[in-house]
Amino acid sequence: MNRFARVTLLVGLSCFSFSCKSKDAPPVAHRATKPFTPPDAATASTISGTITFSGGIPSPQKIEMSQDPACGSTINLDPSLIVNNGDLANVFVYVKEGLEDFSFTPPARPVTIAQKDCRYEPHIAAAMVDQTVEFDNEDDTTHNVHMMPREIRQWNESQMPGAAPIEKKFDRPEIMIPVKCNQHPWMRMNLSVVPHPFFAVTGKDGKFSIAGLPPGTYTIAAVHERLGEHDTKVTVSPRESKIVDFHFKSTP
Amino acid sequence: MAGKLSAGQCQRCKEPILRSSLTTPYNKAHHYYAVFTAFATFLVIIAGALVTSNDAGLAVPDWPTSFHTFRMPRMVGGVLYEHGHRMLAGFTILLTLGITIYTLAVDRRGWMKKLAIAGLGTILVQAVLGGITVLNLLPPAVSTAHALVGQTFFCIAVAIAILTGRKYTGEVEKTAVDRRRPSLIALTLLSVFVLYVQLILGGMFRHKGLSWEPHVFNAAAVAIVLTWTSVRVLSYYSALESLRRPAILMLGLLMAQLCLGFISFLTKVVWGTNAVQPLPMMVWSTVAHVAMGALLLATAVVLAIQAWRQVPVLQEQAVRTGTKAVTA
Repeated sequence: MNRFARVTLLVGLSCFSFSCKSKDAPPVAHRATKPFTPPDAATASTISGTITFSGGIPSPQKIEMSQDPACGSTINLDPSLIVNNGDLANVFVYVKEGLEDFSFTPPARPVTIAQKDCRYEPHIAAAMVDQTVEFDNEDDTTHNVHMMPREIRQWNESQMPGAAPIEKKFDRPEIMIPVKCNQHPWMRMNLSVVPHPFFAVTGKDGKFSIAGLPPGTYTIAAVHERLGEHDTKVTVSPRESKIVDFHFKSTP
Repeated sequence: MAGKLSAGQCQRCKEPILRSSLTTPYNKAHHYYAVFTAFATFLVIIAGALVTSNDAGLAVPDWPTSFHTFRMPRMVGGVLYEHGHRMLAGFTILLTLGITIYTLAVDRRGWMKKLAIAGLGTILVQAVLGGITVLNLLPPAVSTAHALVGQTFFCIAVAIAILTGRKYTGEVEKTAVDRRRPSLIALTLLSVFVLYVQLILGGMFRHKGLSWEPHVFNAAAVAIVLTWTSVRVLSYYSALESLRRPAILMLGLLMAQLCLGFISFLTKVVWGTNAVQPLPMMVWSTVAHVAMGALLLATAVVLAIQAWRQVPVLQEQAVRTGTKAVTA
């Protein structure tokens, strides 16, 4: 075989091997092997705070639901940016770093996401890895649940009125996964899947509280679907209640 | 332009008749059927654009059934657009089957029969692409291919409608030799090419596979090439009505399309980034932009066909004697 043929064969085999590379989803993230033991009351700490917003607040958009009479006539406003006297609602707050060495058992009770009056309730939800998430259709119309993650396989299922809940479990973490309904394009929410139970979602008062943490140093992240993410490092001592506030500004 | 001639004998007539593969007797019903099919196809393109603009592509998550049945579902919300699009498309497939059979039966032109069969094949591929994109949750490349094949079929339907018309079933009446470079046929083919590129870039943007910049930048190339082509026709071939009309139409559609593109950009990209749902102005501007794009592409294809029919390219041939002979 001459030199040209050898080089061509080598290049061809290389291209072939690259093209045959598996395009499946990335492998499941490394799981820690040390089971988490909840700290006792003498040592457990709490991180809490308030999330505020400053800057121009656009008027909340009114959602037009007339394309499906079954959605009712209640006036609904866009929930993607809710600010009450400077307090920011619907911010997902969680421990981003500091718990990697532990494994956690998800609770048996499911996280329930209701489709009611053609809205998702809650608008921001979270579940643990391998915890059951239930989608209930409480309306007299068909919805379809279309989940669009980056790390795990996308899925889309329709749900007739009165149908059994759609139950799903997710085996890898991902933050702020968009979920929408293709029947009713205003229906959107975000679901976060985390490997531990230390997370919270702010209410209308902008407040969050994460309790039961062992003493240590953590990175706390606050994520808003439109305003992005803010992180901060926090060190808590035994039985300490630390206040950590976040501040978001309007995007240009 | 002389076609291949063959003589035949009419059994009932007393004189022989000449048959040409480039001509066929005009059939009014056939022509009107073809026009109706092209119009129905245009409506399907509008319906498809409404599906995407209303974010209803997965409102019916299964195919070819709808919610695991062939019965009509409740036509509300996204289902109205998605299932409505499927119903119109199904009706158009039946129309296409009919026009194919009709063409095979009445049209004597061999190439026309092939065109009709190609149209039927194209729309069947289009139907399958529509199913594949739904079942795979709208991958941008497949959804864009669905848009591309749909508009290709529309061009075929328009071509059949034009070429079954009274003016096009007989011999070509008038021609003009093309002495310029690039030739008119080359310019018309380039026009079709840049429009296809624009369609791909626009489709990938609409289906979230690409950002808006390539589509907007390529619009400049489209504007230059289409204007060049139209100006060439109007400057040198304005006496040929069958070229002049599509050239003027193409210029007019181009200007309208550029305006619609600008409005779509404003409503969708600039103002609509945080829209809670597809807003009416966003929907109608983008749907009109898609529909106008289909008309523009079909017009460019018709112009290319006319250029091929009526403006042969002047070529120089070196003959064996060594002297150059100029032939048309």
